Amino acid sequence: MVVEISGNDFRTRASKLSRYLSRSVKKGMKLRIRGRMSGVLSVSFALAAIVAGGLGAPARAQDWVQTGTNLGVQHIRIAVADFKPGTTDPQTFNLKGIFDQTLYSDLSNAGVFNMVSKSMAPPVMPGSPQEIQLAQWAAAPANAQMVVFGSFGVAGGQINVQGYLFDTGNQQSPQVLGKQFTDTANKEDARQIAHRFADEIILRLTGINGIAESKIYYVVGHGMHKEIWVMDYDGHDKHQVTHLGTDSMAPAASPDGSKLAFESFGKYGMEIRVYSVKTHRYVYFHEARGQGWSPAWAPNGQQLAYSLSANGNPDIFTCNANGTGLKRLTAFLGPNTQPVWNPKTGTQIAWVSGMTKLPQIYIMDSDGSNVSRMTDGGYAVSPSWSPNGQFLSFAWDRQYGPGAPGGEDIYIMEIASRRWEQLTHGDGINDFPSWSPDGRHIVFQRTSGGRTNIWTMLADGSNQQPLTHNGDSSMPDWSSK
Amino acid sequence: MKQAYRNSLLLSAGLVVMLGISGCHKKTVAANTPMPPSTNSGPAPTASITATPDTVTAGTPVVLTWHTTDATSVSIDGIGQVESAGTMTETPMQSTDYNLVATGPGGTTDATAHVTVNPAQAHTMKESNITEAEFEQNVKPIFFNYDSYKIRPDAQIQIQDDANYLIQHPNLKLVIGGYCDDRGSVEYNLALGENRANAAKQALVSAGVSPDRMRTVSYGKEKQFCTEQTQSCWQLNRRAQFTMDTGN
Repeated sequence: MVVEISGNDFRTRASKLSRYLSRSVKKGMKLRIRGRMSGVLSVSFALAAIVAGGLGAPARAQDWVQTGTNLGVQHIRIAVADFKPGTTDPQTFNLKGIFDQTLYSDLSNAGVFNMVSKSMAPPVMPGSPQEIQLAQWAAAPANAQMVVFGSFGVAGGQINVQGYLFDTGNQQSPQVLGKQFTDTANKEDARQIAHRFADEIILRLTGINGIAESKIYYVVGHGMHKEIWVMDYDGHDKHQVTHLGTDSMAPAASPDGSKLAFESFGKYGMEIRVYSVKTHRYVYFHEARGQGWSPAWAPNGQQLAYSLSANGNPDIFTCNANGTGLKRLTAFLGPNTQPVWNPKTGTQIAWVSGMTKLPQIYIMDSDGSNVSRMTDGGYAVSPSWSPNGQFLSFAWDRQYGPGAPGGEDIYIMEIASRRWEQLTHGDGINDFPSWSPDGRHIVFQRTSGGRTNIWTMLADGSNQQPLTHNGDSSMPDWSSK
Repeated sequence: MKQAYRNSLLLSAGLVVMLGISGCHKKTVAANTPMPPSTNSGPAPTASITATPDTVTAGTPVVLTWHTTDATSVSIDGIGQVESAGTMTETPMQSTDYNLVATGPGGTTDATAHVTVNPAQAHTMKESNITEAEFEQNVKPIFFNYDSYKIRPDAQIQIQDDANYLIQHPNLKLVIGGYCDDRGSVEYNLALGENRANAAKQALVSAGVSPDRMRTVSYGKEKQFCTEQTQSCWQLNRRAQFTMDTGN
């Protein structure tokens, strides 16, 4: 059966339709909805009588996800003018191009703006408040509510940027933001200035810090040969962090961004190591008896949780930031690993346990009490806790089993209600979701055709795009700094 | 076990009395340990532990002696629940921290005794001429079901054969590697691999092999014996593999 709906408001219709279908379609049917930019929506039913569950996961996330993750439903329409060249220095043209592009994509990537495409924007480069004609930007086809503009010049090896954010609807005092930036004239700094300005704009218009200046740690390599790398949130400026020549994985940046904890294969198996991002040195970490995996920082940066086989069975322990003061939290037979703290409160830990055979997600208080199971079956691993404490994201294969060792998809679950939503839909095998500091984005790994890359998406599953292309990148951790 | 280096300075400074070192640890730990939020009725527990001697050659036993007060639950990491005071003989194969945790109505206190273990003299025993190939021919791997670390009946038979050989060669030490097939999550499989290695170790212990001769290492799905995506290949990769522990 194929239903086609045409119309401008296809999102609303799709949402209503999917709710209606969710209620009326019986268990055993698989529902797929794909939204297209053309505004045409096709809904196809695949009758799969043997397949249980799998219902209630339309491609477009439901309102509770968008509201809870601060993505919002109403988006400000914003235009970004190309900046006016401030000087005739030969470097100005190249670096300005990088700056313009980065600023536009930062605001676009934020996921909270309705961007005026460059082709819809007036073909002018106002360099200062005196030069901008707001009516031109407010009018069709731009219809901008906000406009970003300014000047970009290089002189004496320095970049100088004047940036403005104006409200086209406020003729009296349109200036929302006016900023000046100076930095060394090179590509990286041109990009960083754009990131800083974008984050200022996002903070001013949404009340939440942007992520344009944040970094993502990840793993490059395979098998027993892996090193930790870091890149900008948009995939630029990739560089290697560790050079240990072994298997180093599971990076976890400390809340203040100053340290990186990870697991590394040593003489006696996996052990936890801590690296200072500031001094570029490994710092002391008390190595406990047994193998250690999956470090996670408490939100105060004073404690870590990790999986340790001190007693033979891998259990969750907490310790001080230097590894001393070990406390055992779990005593469940079977694999217990991948702890993650509630970043809002620091009083709860989610983790993965195979205590009932296939791995499930559980939550406990950070002293080991009040254990509750969150997932109701399948194969659920790699929890990441949203910055506002309300959601878990994790990798889940709801139909995992010896006969169907299929792929894993990324899901989001609201902890209080335990309602969940599927964010990826069968594109490869997806694992290791990690929330951005603003709670609006999720970075994850996707394996497809034998190649594993880092991808990012909005927390409602939309706007999925790759950040790496080497086919050998995995286990991202979105750092707050 | 792995932090022999940490205390080497202290040791060389002449602090050979373990009590001094453990007292030092205790202070550090206690200062960094947040008090439990629960109601504190009664005095905080006290805990002390010593190991004699505090520096040994691998295979030599040490005596642990501990005392606690005001504690309702006392445990030593890696050993488990113990009496409120007592002595015990342990034979650490690597440098080890024995961490004593005393919990009572007044809170939790812990203390640590560090034992530095120097490697045993290189193989002077007759086993030294056993080659890795010969070892692997006699101590064969065991295999596991999908997402399981239970010892299967066929593995139990193999474990008995493996144990017989190991009992006949009492000076051989071994590393038990835990492996998983290529499916499932990388990180979860590291823990599952450890459960497999540990299950194999426990089975050998039950068959009469001393736990002091064995250590476990999980490789998760990081190292594959067979790289095809087939059932038979996956089965080959779900294993506990035994190799000689040469101390390297």
